[in-house]
Amino acid sequence: MTYQGGNYDIVVVGAGHAGCEAALAAARMGFNTLLLTINLDSVAMMPCNPSIGGTGKGHLVREIDALGGEMGKNIDATMIQSKMLNTAKGPAVHSLRAQADKKNYQFRMKEVIENQPNLLLKQQEATEILIEKGKITGVKVLTGAIYACRAAIICSGTYLKGRIIIGDVSYDGGPNGLFPAMYLSQSLKENGIELQRFKTGTPARVDAKSLDFDKMVIQNGDEKIIPFSFETEEINIDQVPCYLTYTNEKTHQIINQNIDRSPLYNGEVTGIGPRYCPSIETKVMRFNDKDRHQIFIEPEGLNTNEIYVQGMSSSLPEDVQIDLYRTVPGMEHAEFMRSAYAIEYDCIHPTRLKASLELKDIDGLFFAGQINGTSGYEEAAAQGLIAGINAVKGLKNEEPVILDRSQAYIGVLIDDIITKGIDEPYRMMTSRCEYRLLLRQDNADLRLTPIGYQAGLINEERYKRFLDKKVTVEKEIERLLSFTIKPSAENNEKMIELGSTPIKKSLSLFEILKRPEMTYDLLAVFDDQRPALNWSEKEQVEVQIKYEGYIKKQLAQVEQYKKLEHRSIPNDLDYTKISGLRLEAAEKLNAIKPLSMGQASRISGVSPADMSVLMIYLEQQKRRNQRAGD
Amino acid sequence: MKEQLLNEDTIAAVATGLGGAGIGIIRVSGDQAIALVEPLFKNPKGKTLTKAASHQLLYGQMVDPQTNMDIDEVLLSKMVKPHSYTAEDVVEINCHGGIVPMQKILGLLLSAGVRMAEPGEFTKRAFLNGRLDLTQAEAVMDIINAKTEEGLKYSVSQLEGKLSDHLEEIDQELLAILSHMEANIEYPEFDIEEVTNSEIKTSVVTAVKKIDQVLEGSEAGKIYREGITTAILGEPNVGKSSLLNTLLMENKAIVTDIPGTTRDIIEEYINVKGIPFKIIDTAGIRETDNEVERIGVEKSRNLLDKANLVIFMRDISKPLSQREEELMTLLKNKNTIYIANKTDLKETEKMPDPWIPMSLLTEAGIDLLKQKMVDMVYAGTVNQDADYLVTNSRHINQLNKCKEHLHAALETMASGMPVELISIDVMNAVESLREITGKAVGMDIINQIFKNFCIGK
Ligand SMILES: Nc1nc2c(ncn2[C@@H]2O[C@H](COP(=O)(O)OP(=O)(O)OP(=O)(O)O)[C@@H](O)[C@H]2O)c(=O)[nH]1
Ligand SMILES: [Mg+2]
Repeated sequence: MTYQGGNYDIVVVGAGHAGCEAALAAARMGFNTLLLTINLDSVAMMPCNPSIGGTGKGHLVREIDALGGEMGKNIDATMIQSKMLNTAKGPAVHSLRAQADKKNYQFRMKEVIENQPNLLLKQQEATEILIEKGKITGVKVLTGAIYACRAAIICSGTYLKGRIIIGDVSYDGGPNGLFPAMYLSQSLKENGIELQRFKTGTPARVDAKSLDFDKMVIQNGDEKIIPFSFETEEINIDQVPCYLTYTNEKTHQIINQNIDRSPLYNGEVTGIGPRYCPSIETKVMRFNDKDRHQIFIEPEGLNTNEIYVQGMSSSLPEDVQIDLYRTVPGMEHAEFMRSAYAIEYDCIHPTRLKASLELKDIDGLFFAGQINGTSGYEEAAAQGLIAGINAVKGLKNEEPVILDRSQAYIGVLIDDIITKGIDEPYRMMTSRCEYRLLLRQDNADLRLTPIGYQAGLINEERYKRFLDKKVTVEKEIERLLSFTIKPSAENNEKMIELGSTPIKKSLSLFEILKRPEMTYDLLAVFDDQRPALNWSEKEQVEVQIKYEGYIKKQLAQVEQYKKLEHRSIPNDLDYTKISGLRLEAAEKLNAIKPLSMGQASRISGVSPADMSVLMIYLEQQKRRNQRAGD
Repeated sequence: MKEQLLNEDTIAAVATGLGGAGIGIIRVSGDQAIALVEPLFKNPKGKTLTKAASHQLLYGQMVDPQTNMDIDEVLLSKMVKPHSYTAEDVVEINCHGGIVPMQKILGLLLSAGVRMAEPGEFTKRAFLNGRLDLTQAEAVMDIINAKTEEGLKYSVSQLEGKLSDHLEEIDQELLAILSHMEANIEYPEFDIEEVTNSEIKTSVVTAVKKIDQVLEGSEAGKIYREGITTAILGEPNVGKSSLLNTLLMENKAIVTDIPGTTRDIIEEYINVKGIPFKIIDTAGIRETDNEVERIGVEKSRNLLDKANLVIFMRDISKPLSQREEELMTLLKNKNTIYIANKTDLKETEKMPDPWIPMSLLTEAGIDLLKQKMVDMVYAGTVNQDADYLVTNSRHINQLNKCKEHLHAALETMASGMPVELISIDVMNAVESLREITGKAVGMDIINQIFKNFCIGK
């Protein structure tokens, strides 16, 4: 039996990190949105580590926030510890990471969603997408209800045909003991969407009262917490520590003795796992010269004893897991609350997507998150936000919001997965970004808030504050440029006091700030006209001045890059018809249908010579068309 | 590949092969063509390229602006856009001096910012700029990949052996340090030792040294697989292997007083005044039974076909044998240098033409031989493929670029900049290097990180 469940502009399938951002964005942009989840208690669930951010990922969260997404605010409100990583290195690779109170994180996100006008959250399992004439028309759920819609965003995470593996035990299951979604895969396939099988895993959760923390190294958060959200003024909490401990020879011995019982090694698990989340057995087998591996002990929240044991994910049988955890100092008596497991799931080939995250050949059908083959909460949320915005843009017949590689980590992420394709779960890394120096976490607002504002996700008040900051920073840099000090004895005495060297001629404060040992704050002794700047404005001034030369160099490269991005390619080309293109290149180009010369040049298997051929072909077509038009 | 797609930069190509007369044309096309050639040109009456009229020949000298030394006597013609083949500003440099000055001029152009044209690129630009008819598009498209493949084969063949080993070593060195830096950045909390500036410096300096070695160091003569193929022919025991060793300044070939010491053909690469030669030491053509002699003659005939230059050697202390006379007739229409070796054994006041007197024992006559080898190249009697010249110049240019980026890395480090900025310079260096082999960097860094370091949750 089916029945009409109602009409919506947009249906979002799945209320994980991608789905929540997608639904909120769509609703906030004024469109009537339905958010479906297999279980209302799993909204914004963190089935793996209890933290948000980290290298590269922290950048994504700040970008999401700069665009008007929710993740940054949500973690700011529910964090129990925070750290800025890489502070010993330069600003381009500073990254925020916070430990979350998992349950609190979920509750707050659910509350925000429930209170969002235009948005309805429902517990329903989506089973079918309804397509008519290459257009999405609705989503059907297990109970038989059909929700008509004009756009749909699939954010099904790791639920599709989820299979849980714990050693020799395996069963159909979603993450964290939830049900898998067993039907939607079939419907996707019937609509011509090919699927691939990926794998990921998570370690056991152990009971805090069974651990001896005295045998571990305490790891505290930063003294001063820097918020993720540009809207959060400050965060004052009592932070909870994490702990560090190590595996040892005994641990490795147990693994070696039982390796034939690991489904990763005896061939039972065939899905492709990510290299950056190796199971403990993989680490021990691959790096057998290392006599110990780090184990990070992370609390899952304030109101729970559950402890996440980072570094110990495993698909060994439960009895082996328990034995091997108990070899680790401080975990001798560890009691398991949840076992480590591996999960296999269906995902699509992201090369089938446009940069808007809409499927190339079904109008109005978008995909975001782990279904696209990425891993990580932040990667998912970033895609969800973009898919949400673009579903709306599509309905409004407006150009999609596409961030390019020079604008955002989000742009790099999406361009990578749709252009290069992926053969293992994709994790954001700073080294994937060629313009890393420009895409800093500290300037995410300067890069993206105008785009969020134009999309309608940033309110007037916040936008005004943003503009004020921008102007303040620009003015201050100007001022420092024209503020010079003389090489007087008095000034040079001060220079030496500040741990620097004397100046030989008059120099602007701008120039002096470029010295590695100088900071904006230190220069105050020379500067009696200094305006009052807040810390983030000071940070901008300092970073922009200190790295000016390098920033300029990258900007020049970006200019070249943009030129190629702006050379668009019609999307109806049949590349196999272009004489002179090598077959391999023609096939790749046909599969990906790049939007621009720039994108085409990034497809593996397309050579510079192929690009030249393509360029001539396009010119030939252009002239033909002109002639026909004359 | 960005520059190549934008068609904005100025490119150069060798427009004709080096003909018999040693004349070659370097064609420069693009916005900066005139401005970039100008500082390399000197006219006796002070005329400048900038002021010259379009489509007029201008006589003068190409000079190295740094040393102010004359490189070659040239005729320049400037063609102002759109009245040129590419419809861009074009300067054609007609060189007279053969391969050495041409290579030098190309080198100067490249370091001034000109890019070596890709195969078919002049034609591509001509088409894109509307110079060629629509109907010619297909032909142009077909040509590009075909020519590229050809060029690639050529370039790869040059990369065989030692050079490619050296490049691989440099690549590995840089990739290792880069992936270490990146692993530290991506995984700050893991047990990976923090790479120190002095380690980075060591790697960078090692790479620079290796590049220098490739460029000009002790093995400079062996840079490229190709060079002017030069065969040393002669009877057994006349001193052929000794000559090779003397030219190499090391003992590569086995020398004994037993005739027939060298059994196989030995190839070595040397550099004489900037010109690469591939020297082939042969087994002496000797008399045993008929069968062997047949093979011997056949072998030397084959060799003669391949060789651009032949050094024929006799032992002056012995009378000219019949075989030697036969061989000399065979060599009549080849570029041959005649060496009379072992002058120390027999007093001879004056050697009749064309014999160069030599004693490998005292090394007398070696300089004369070298001069003669170079002269023959200059004179254009011995020539080389234009392809060689292009590939060679491009490789040298890429290696120089790689070095520049490495020096920038050292500077970045010295000015106290953080690791992610040093990483940019090293990355640029790797990319320059990779342009020689055409291998994209792509996922290599990330792959290295996961291969070399045990990281991840
Ligand atoms: N006195 C004198 N002896 C020389 C001179 N050049 C070479 N020899 C000697 O001549 C002998 C033969 O030299 P090789 O260089 O082996 O001669 P080859 O032509 O390579 O001989 P095969 O390989 O046997 O064909 C060696 O004993 C050398 O030391 C020279 O200029 N003067
Ligand atoms: Mg010999």
